[in-house]
Amino acid sequence: MALAAEEIRRVVAPDETVTSVTSHVSDIVLEKKTPLWWWIGFGFSLALFALLIVALTWLFVNGVGIWGIDWPVAWGFAIGNYVWWVGMASGGTIISSLFFLTRSEWRSATNRIAESMTVFCAACAGIMPIIHLGRWWYFYWLFPYPNVMGTWPQFRSPLHWDFVAILVYVIASIVFWYVGMIPDLATLRDRATRRWQQLFYGVLAMGWQGSSRHWRQFKVAYLILASFMAPLVCSVHSIVGLDFAGGLTPGWHETQFPPYFIFGAVLSGFAIVLMLVIPMRRAFDLGGVITLRHIDVLARLMLTCSLLIGYAYLLEVFMPFYRGERHDIIVLLSNFTGYYAGWYWAKIALNFAIPQLLWFRAVRVNRPLLFLISAGVVIGMWIERYVIVVSSLHRDYSESSWFVFRPTFWDWATLAGSAGLFLLGFFLLMRFMPMVSMFEMRELIRRKNGGHNEGAAP
Amino acid sequence: MSGNGLYGIVAAFERQDQMLNALRRLKLAGFERIEVYTPFAVEEVDEILGKRAFWLPILIFAAGVAGAIGGFFLQYYGMAIGYPLNIGGRPLNSWPAFGTTTFELTILAAILIGVGGLFAFCRLPRLYDPVFAAPGIERASQDQFVICIRASDERFDRDRLYWVLNRYEHVAIADVPA
Repeated sequence: MALAAEEIRRVVAPDETVTSVTSHVSDIVLEKKTPLWWWIGFGFSLALFALLIVALTWLFVNGVGIWGIDWPVAWGFAIGNYVWWVGMASGGTIISSLFFLTRSEWRSATNRIAESMTVFCAACAGIMPIIHLGRWWYFYWLFPYPNVMGTWPQFRSPLHWDFVAILVYVIASIVFWYVGMIPDLATLRDRATRRWQQLFYGVLAMGWQGSSRHWRQFKVAYLILASFMAPLVCSVHSIVGLDFAGGLTPGWHETQFPPYFIFGAVLSGFAIVLMLVIPMRRAFDLGGVITLRHIDVLARLMLTCSLLIGYAYLLEVFMPFYRGERHDIIVLLSNFTGYYAGWYWAKIALNFAIPQLLWFRAVRVNRPLLFLISAGVVIGMWIERYVIVVSSLHRDYSESSWFVFRPTFWDWATLAGSAGLFLLGFFLLMRFMPMVSMFEMRELIRRKNGGHNEGAAP
Repeated sequence: MSGNGLYGIVAAFERQDQMLNALRRLKLAGFERIEVYTPFAVEEVDEILGKRAFWLPILIFAAGVAGAIGGFFLQYYGMAIGYPLNIGGRPLNSWPAFGTTTFELTILAAILIGVGGLFAFCRLPRLYDPVFAAPGIERASQDQFVICIRASDERFDRDRLYWVLNRYEHVAIADVPA
């Protein structure tokens, strides 16, 4: 245990140098033969992605009736999936922007993984509200474009706020991810030996030279971008919460929803980053730059978020009784014992109860166990969104319209397919993009070494 | 001016402190057209060269202000002038409801113009530059610190620079063809 304590404090292994980090990370992309597990994972993702294509084609042919939704449960899987994906995306942005502003040293090795995850989670999130529209081909009506009908979108609606928020968030995430990668793309360009690599990374790096002029502007721009991203991500998920809070539906009409949603978003974000970091650290032999410290910090943050969400769950039970509104109490009690009770208790177990194991360091550094806990949280957060969306709607104010939502095959196919889109994108990035921010690691190593030992390998 | 057919010379240092010493010396000697290529941002370089990114934050701030005003006006125009809806006599300029979209559009404008400004100030994209032909420049994006002295500098004297720079440790000096 003494050794582990020593290891947990280290943000980078002592034998890593500026040169070794650069060659290790870029060789994964440029030199190493594509490993077998990558092909297996890629094939699996491709199969899931094909399922998404089939599910969407069938949806576009037949309409949203292929799903289990009906009145009054008109928001089924699509909206739950949307909130879930955008929540995980938020966690990645929190790691890369908020912890950049706090100058946290552990951020540098994990931010690229987190940002890449964010880009594809946001993409998965982005398609969900559009396919849920029913007449999805009119989705551009959400834009305030000049039209002969003389109409405008309803800017006062939380649903329109949400459209703007997610659009800005997707654009900003991609920009932030790409700009933060340009110096690394230049490194790849300079190390590339094959012609296609030189061209590919050369074009992507856009001629980055690493000159003092470039770094001067880059540092300012990146700092400002990061300081925009941190409030942006909070606003995005708050607005997702407002989509619900703005409705009068029992169980949704809660003042606590914006922070409640952020807690959940960040919880699932840390969980999915752990689910990606733990296997990638092993598969790419990144133990030198992604140390136990990173794993430990992410696990602690997950525990913190789990406590926050536990508080939100508690408030969720308290408020209906405090308010005394009959239908709020009906929805709450149906959560405890009704048709969706299994889901409700699963969310409590996966998001709040089981993560309490993270109080113990032995659990935090036990990677297989931590991976399972994180997977539980990711699934638990999906369940939370599902319960929020469906259980409130299925006990409407008008008791004659009470209804039980049962997902169909196509609901599950869309969910699994969106996971395919995410995995497909992430597997491609893992193969073709530097998965650790090399220039930040070089700077970190130089600082750790007190300004010495930088440059050539000893 | 003694740099016929020369873009300049480059000195690639293995150590950052050696590069900074050489840079200080060159700066003291009055060289103006110097550029430094490093694998990560080295703050001391900007101090020695006496430069900072002055306009970029101002540009981003201006973009944010424009985004805020434009974003609010867009909603005001749409809801109060373009397509007014009388819902129970509520005011058309329902500004609290415009807050989140104004915030998002502020950030969108600031980020897009900020990144555009970053590329413009960096003069990117720029796929060809003579300095890319400099021997050893590819290590500047990995683990070496490269100083380039342009032949167009008034004080440029190739042989003398070679002599001065060679006195530092772990340095490789080379010509950059124009």
